[in-house]
Amino acid sequence: MSAANLPAPATTAAPALQPRRSALYAGNTGAVIHRGLLATRSTNYLVVLSGFFEPVFYLLSLGIGFGALVGTVQTSTGQEVPYAAFIAPALLAVSAMNGAVYDSTWNVFFKLNYSKLYQGMLTTSLGPLDVALGEIFLALLRGAMYALGFMVIMQAFGLNLAWTALLALPAVLLIAFGFASLGMAITSYMKTFQQIEWVTFIMLPMFLFSATFYPITVYPEAIQWIIQALPLWHGVELVRGLTTGALSSMMLVHVGYYLVMIAIGVVFTTNRLRALFLK
Amino acid sequence: MPQPVITASQLTKVYGDFTAVDGIDFEVAPGESFGLLGPNGAGKSTTMRMVGAVSTRTSGALSILGLDPNDHGPDIRSQLGVVPQQDNLDQELRVRDNLLVYGRYFGLPRAVVAERADALLEFAQLTDRKKAKVDDLSGGMKRRLTIARALINEPRILLLDEPTTGLDPQARHILWDRLFRLKEQGTTLVLTTHYMDEAEQLCDRLVVVDKGRIMAEGSPAALIREYSSKEVLEVRFGSDKNAEAAERMAGVGDRLEVLPDRILVYSENGEAALEAVTHMGLEPITSLVRRSSLEDVFLRLTGRSLIE
Repeated sequence: MSAANLPAPATTAAPALQPRRSALYAGNTGAVIHRGLLATRSTNYLVVLSGFFEPVFYLLSLGIGFGALVGTVQTSTGQEVPYAAFIAPALLAVSAMNGAVYDSTWNVFFKLNYSKLYQGMLTTSLGPLDVALGEIFLALLRGAMYALGFMVIMQAFGLNLAWTALLALPAVLLIAFGFASLGMAITSYMKTFQQIEWVTFIMLPMFLFSATFYPITVYPEAIQWIIQALPLWHGVELVRGLTTGALSSMMLVHVGYYLVMIAIGVVFTTNRLRALFLK
Repeated sequence: MPQPVITASQLTKVYGDFTAVDGIDFEVAPGESFGLLGPNGAGKSTTMRMVGAVSTRTSGALSILGLDPNDHGPDIRSQLGVVPQQDNLDQELRVRDNLLVYGRYFGLPRAVVAERADALLEFAQLTDRKKAKVDDLSGGMKRRLTIARALINEPRILLLDEPTTGLDPQARHILWDRLFRLKEQGTTLVLTTHYMDEAEQLCDRLVVVDKGRIMAEGSPAALIREYSSKEVLEVRFGSDKNAEAAERMAGVGDRLEVLPDRILVYSENGEAALEAVTHMGLEPITSLVRRSSLEDVFLRLTGRSLIE
């Protein structure tokens, strides 16, 4: 062709400009959440329920059954509590984690790579941050629902030992938020379903060893440091402190840990979505 | 000429050491139906992604509705309707919900979206399927739903990437009819295709692209006039005899094109050319006289067929 016979447009050199902040966020996270809630109508509820019942079964078998042999256990603040009351808050944290991780790995992976959902969303005026926040919120919501159900069971079994147990609900939201945002960031790097199996592979030992079923003091100091570096331990300690009423200043550290985790997760997820779909 | 809605100048996209789009220039006027015709891998989809403000150009200038997509991605996207090459309908939502939810992505009020969704279902001839699952729709229905979805924000420009690829002939004709109506209503259409008949049906003007470059530009009729003859005679002698026959046919028509399976004779009068061939004592197994098409233009410009 032929540029010759067109009126010459301005040929300003265009260096690769970074999209501006407004290009990231349209303030329309609600539309993403609305979509997610509509879509859950067609969700396989068996999968949803299995995630809820897993910690309940642990509580029944270990807390009630095994707990009869154990008697009481000492918490990190030196309080003696029945074994079931010791593991129940840990399982509460785990149920929040399970819900958030399941949604932000399996479900997000499918939407990223198979249903091309985010690709479609980002051809509209939605920004990547709208999508990231909306999807993280949905994962958080699932985590919160698991946790709420579990709290009801704890209450029924008399395992909430103090009024501060009420604060365990916001704490559990924080935990779910942390796992959901980081989970989604990690999922955005995954290419195959096998890689997601690795998440399960990491989650299982974290679940078993994060002072969930016994005090962390059983470990040598070096191992304790490793456990304390992992997110679940902070969640377990935070929730346990609240449901047993043993408050300590360490709780601020636990909360801080999750705030950092959330920030990292949201920033990473947003950047990844932009890199994947607005390249 | 009114202010163009799309202006691309030396538009370039490089992935690593592969140049997908290599310095192309074009303009699209409001209400125009503009096509990018080329084989797979010509850079059509990459160009569409840049125009759709979901891909950042490597160099050159690009203006969509007077805005630079580098700075105003969401603003531009709010004015575009996008029909991607592969349907990306929301499988977890039902037909009508697909439209409602998509409209909400643009921040449109619920009531507005609901009203438009019903009108668009009518337009897409899907009103009786509005409660259906997306998976249960045929290929043609999915495409029509995708187009309806792309119209929910009343876009100023509709981008269609290979809109009828993979559809059966009947579904294609229904789709063309729908697109033609949009064109009549004044919607600006930008479409890519590797089907010459589609380009001829839908495009006021098109560019022929190959290997990331623009080879020619004009209306389908003008391109045929410029790069081909009025008629084409296709003769087949059998694959081992074509080359030999072609040698003897030198001088018949304006120009010969020898393909592996047939010889194309470009001529103002195909019947006369056929007469000349048989007069030489050559007896083709089959012969066909047809009008020139964009396929011939492409062959002339690149030496290759559009669909390989």
